[in-house]
Amino acid sequence: MVAHLLRLKLTLLRNSVRRSPWQLVGLGIGALYALGIVGVCVAGLFVLRGVEIELAQTVVVLCGATALLGWAIIPVAVSAADMTLDPARFTTFAVPMPQLLAGLALGGLIGIPGLATSLVALATVGTWSRSLPAAAGALAGAVLGVLSCIVLSKVVTTATAGLASSRRFKDISAVAFLIPLVLTGPIVAGIARGIAGSGDFLTGLARALSWTPAGAAFSLGGELAAGSYAAAAVKFLIAVATLAGLALAWKLLLQRALVTPPYAGTSKRRTGGTGLFGLFPATPAAAVAARSLYYWLRDPRYAGALVVVPLLPVLFLFQGSQSGFYGPFQFVGPLTAFLLSWSISTDVSYDSTAFALHVATGVRGADDRLGRALACLSFALPVVVLFSVGPFFFTGDWDKLPAVLGLSLGVLFTGLGLASVISARYTVSVPLPGDSPFKKPPGNVAQTLAVQFGGMAVLMVLVAPEAALVAAQFITGSPVPGWITLVLGPVLGLALFAVGIRTGGAWLDRRAPELLAQLAVNR
Amino acid sequence: MTFQPPGQQGQPAPPGPSSPPVPALSLLGLAKRFGDKIAVDGISLDVPAGSFYGVVGPNGAGKTTTLSMATGLLRPDFGTALIHGVDVWQHPLEAKKLMGILPDGVRLFDRLSGEQLVTYAGLLRGMDREMVASRVAELLAALDLDSDAGTLVVDYSAGMTKKIALASALIHAPRLLVLDEPFESVDPISAANIRDILDRYVASGGTVIVSSHVMDLVQRMCDHVAVVAGGRVLAAGTVEEVRAGASLEDRFVQLVGGRNHTEGLEWLRTF
Repeated sequence: MVAHLLRLKLTLLRNSVRRSPWQLVGLGIGALYALGIVGVCVAGLFVLRGVEIELAQTVVVLCGATALLGWAIIPVAVSAADMTLDPARFTTFAVPMPQLLAGLALGGLIGIPGLATSLVALATVGTWSRSLPAAAGALAGAVLGVLSCIVLSKVVTTATAGLASSRRFKDISAVAFLIPLVLTGPIVAGIARGIAGSGDFLTGLARALSWTPAGAAFSLGGELAAGSYAAAAVKFLIAVATLAGLALAWKLLLQRALVTPPYAGTSKRRTGGTGLFGLFPATPAAAVAARSLYYWLRDPRYAGALVVVPLLPVLFLFQGSQSGFYGPFQFVGPLTAFLLSWSISTDVSYDSTAFALHVATGVRGADDRLGRALACLSFALPVVVLFSVGPFFFTGDWDKLPAVLGLSLGVLFTGLGLASVISARYTVSVPLPGDSPFKKPPGNVAQTLAVQFGGMAVLMVLVAPEAALVAAQFITGSPVPGWITLVLGPVLGLALFAVGIRTGGAWLDRRAPELLAQLAVNR
Repeated sequence: MTFQPPGQQGQPAPPGPSSPPVPALSLLGLAKRFGDKIAVDGISLDVPAGSFYGVVGPNGAGKTTTLSMATGLLRPDFGTALIHGVDVWQHPLEAKKLMGILPDGVRLFDRLSGEQLVTYAGLLRGMDREMVASRVAELLAALDLDSDAGTLVVDYSAGMTKKIALASALIHAPRLLVLDEPFESVDPISAANIRDILDRYVASGGTVIVSSHVMDLVQRMCDHVAVVAGGRVLAAGTVEEVRAGASLEDRFVQLVGGRNHTEGLEWLRTF
């Protein structure tokens, strides 16, 4: 039965690849990436063979504990748990519980994360190949440790299955996951500084962890290499007990989960009023704007973009404080203007086939375009002005403010106009409604790249006058081009905005059914 | 009922005291091809005003494609569609004012609450706020959705989603309703309520077109029916004419064919 489950997992993996060659390419890229990381880790672990026991032990134990933590958190955090062998699918087959557990656990090893973890864990045998007992201990520790990782991951995903299947949790976790991702640079820098400053602390932490379930398994090799057989025996018991406890917890959770499928409970709400629809004027364009604003707030695919925006100045400020040079920080305004205005170029693609409502009601193309652009503008304008002015409080270089502000406004309005034209004609592949923003979107990647980069190139050309004036001021130091930019940016930008709305609207009036047909391909 | 051969083109007679009444929906030689597959192969059909018209057919018969082309959602390769004499593809805005559409297999703006979604549909049609508000309240009450008015549509069950989409199609009081699979996954009580609403709508002069593959439902509910298969109309007319004494289901199977009288599976009776 265990063999059946493993074969099933392999068959599923093979069939998923067979569906399209791009899946194979994706798997290949993932495997190469993992292979690179695994290679570095394995090499590092073999290098540790030559250093003193205390240091090697600290590194191995801390990395092992981190792996355990990763296996527990990551599948839940990115809602990306490997559900190819979802236990719920076996409910009708009456598989005996012990075989099911063993099959699912070993099945967890098949796949890139499982294989990578196993290989790195086995490399610790290399670290401790200083004596036969030490190597044997490391091997036992690796097996126990990897199995603990997988079973812990199963425990966590089973326990949170109900939670993780609720829409609200998916929405929030998908957006929250972006924050550490965007701030990776500062976080890594902070941790590196912390490690450099507190070597003793880490040694102590590793020593303490090695007596807990988190680190016991991976400390076996080190204890035996140091000759402390009594400590090793106790830690072996701790590691075995950990695995047994986790397995028991998993079994109990699974028994309960198999007979009580997750219920994505939702609270009924009698009426919430019509909210923004009641506040905005009762015109089609205002209705589109209100609808778009709700999507900016409620749809994680939009909200993800919004979460990144406040982090941008943080990133640039951090970079400035590290290097002492605040040049890029001054341009956080134009950059934000670009990101926010360009984000509506995928608006219709995000609608997916819900866009049929706009086609069915016969809303005029210009109203559709204007509503979407105004929704974005309503928060983008204050944010962009704030981000354009804000950096100068740090740099004090106030005579550059008119140029930067003019450029920001020019980019914002021009970008909105251009995006209104592009999304009226071209669709791009985006995650479907309800999917995680990180999920690989279905559809034509080549067209997406062509549309996105082609559009950005056109935008560069359209804002070239403002950009040239800003460059002129930065080169000559004369404030005159800056003041011209402050006038030219909004004027030219608004003119292009109006042209964009009209052109996009006319295209939409002519080709809305064709656009809907393109969207229907990827539903 | 009139059933024209495929490909016949023509302009509708202008409405006048002497000419026959303009049909609510008139399809003339509609055809659509997707790649190698001909989805709709020249469908012509007249739906009289004030009728309750059923369109039945097996899966993949071209029902949804035909209705999409008739309602301005999918541009036909050939043929014309007239709504009360207005050409859908020449004057889309005028034609769309006349009809309410419940498309099958499209998403909704499901991050809005049910109440907001129906309001949105009304506002997109350019209706004024007071009228939208009062109609939304009445529609939600009529479709038993008022206790979930503030819930996001994404959290609705499949049947509730169908009902809220139906409410969005009704909000502007159209003269013609085109409903693609309106009863799919709707519970019997709600289905009965919807039927009542549609019956009263037809009684007061509106026209309803429903597609379905539940024959019983169509036989009980509709006064006219068209059987579609393989992208063609096999039979059309009043329900009495089409079923010709047999039950609609038997007549349908007879027209469409394809029942396989499988031998074997004896082991299924051996336990």
